[in-house]
Amino acid sequence: MHELSVTESILEIALRHGRKAGAAAITDVFLVIGELSTIVDESVQFYWDMITEDTPAAGSRLHFQRIPGRLSCRTCGYSYSPREDLPCPACGSIDIDILAGEEFYLEAIEIAETRETEKQTT
Amino acid sequence: MITERVPVVEKIFGANDRLAADNHARLEAAGVFSLNFMASPGAGKTSLIEQTVRHLSGQLRLAVVDGDIATSLDADRAAAAGAVAVQINTGGDCHLDAAMLQSALDELDLSVIDLLIVENVGNLVCPANFSLGTHKSVLVASVPEGDDKPYKYPGAYRGVQALVINKIDLLPYVNFDMEYFQRGASALNPGLATIPVSCRTGDGLDAWLEWVVEQVSTNGRGHEIRRI
Ligand SMILES: Nc1nc2c(ncn2[C@@H]2O[C@H](COP(=O)(O)OP(=O)(O)OP(=O)(O)O)[C@@H](O)[C@H]2O)c(=O)[nH]1
Ligand SMILES: [Mg+2]
Ligand SMILES: [Zn+2]
Repeated sequence: MHELSVTESILEIALRHGRKAGAAAITDVFLVIGELSTIVDESVQFYWDMITEDTPAAGSRLHFQRIPGRLSCRTCGYSYSPREDLPCPACGSIDIDILAGEEFYLEAIEIAETRETEKQTT
Repeated sequence: MITERVPVVEKIFGANDRLAADNHARLEAAGVFSLNFMASPGAGKTSLIEQTVRHLSGQLRLAVVDGDIATSLDADRAAAAGAVAVQINTGGDCHLDAAMLQSALDELDLSVIDLLIVENVGNLVCPANFSLGTHKSVLVASVPEGDDKPYKYPGAYRGVQALVINKIDLLPYVNFDMEYFQRGASALNPGLATIPVSCRTGDGLDAWLEWVVEQVSTNGRGHEIRRI
């Protein structure tokens, strides 16, 4: 599995946006992952704790929002969740659209701001 | 401590996608047509490459990039068949990514290549997530793997432009329901070009080679191809 390289990409994106926002630390990272994508939450979390160690994201929490898979039949319009059998359960057609479940992005981060910013605002 | 929520909304494979676009532009500019072979371990990617190189090297200038976790066995086989071959060792990674293909392209003289075949790491899950920038992807399935693979690995079947079903010489010995297999494949990828072959007996290879030549002539520097 490629959870390590995926986790490195997540860290790269989080650190880049954290820097831009003047973060002293990144405390939370919010991920949106479709059910049909093959990423395993636990191994991302495992690598995350490892590779964030000496970064501003050390000790941060990962939040996974799973989007359920949703298919729709182009023949009869029936929409359903993927099971073992992919063809439309209503009419048996094999002409289907994937409406949801393939998402894979970083939605937001929560940061603690730098001391200077904190002084100015408090 | 002040905390703040910063919206990001960035695709996690975005960096790879950008590099893949660079690779694609580079291949386009050089007039190289490129195929990405994906399959489970042992399905016959290297065997199909050997056959393709043997039959087409009189017509096309071929190069092969071979992704392998540790050895150079596959690249050696492609070279022995007559192709220019570059080996990428992924160092344990389960897939090639756009950065790896980029460094392989650095080792090739693209101006003397008509067709580049990339052999991805044998794996039905991971390579599908990492675009390389190649023109088309080919899934090499094989009879002994079983007819349920489209149902179990939908991601692998969804993003490809051709499906080769290899080892059809084994059909008499294996429970493989071709109709069930193809129903799954076309549910995931309607209209997918599907070519049953045997790299052992040579059955079906003509249809495969025809598909390849057709692709190169419509997408690559077609006017220069000698037809024999
Ligand atoms: N019976 C039969 N065997 C085949 C056929 N094609 C390939 N093989 C055998 O299948 C085995 C694997 O073939 P390869 O071409 O090395 O497969 P691969 O997909 O490149 O394998 P990896 O790179 O290790 O993932 C070899 O022993 C081949 O001789 C075929 O059409 N029929
Ligand atoms: Mg091989
Ligand atoms: Zn239907």
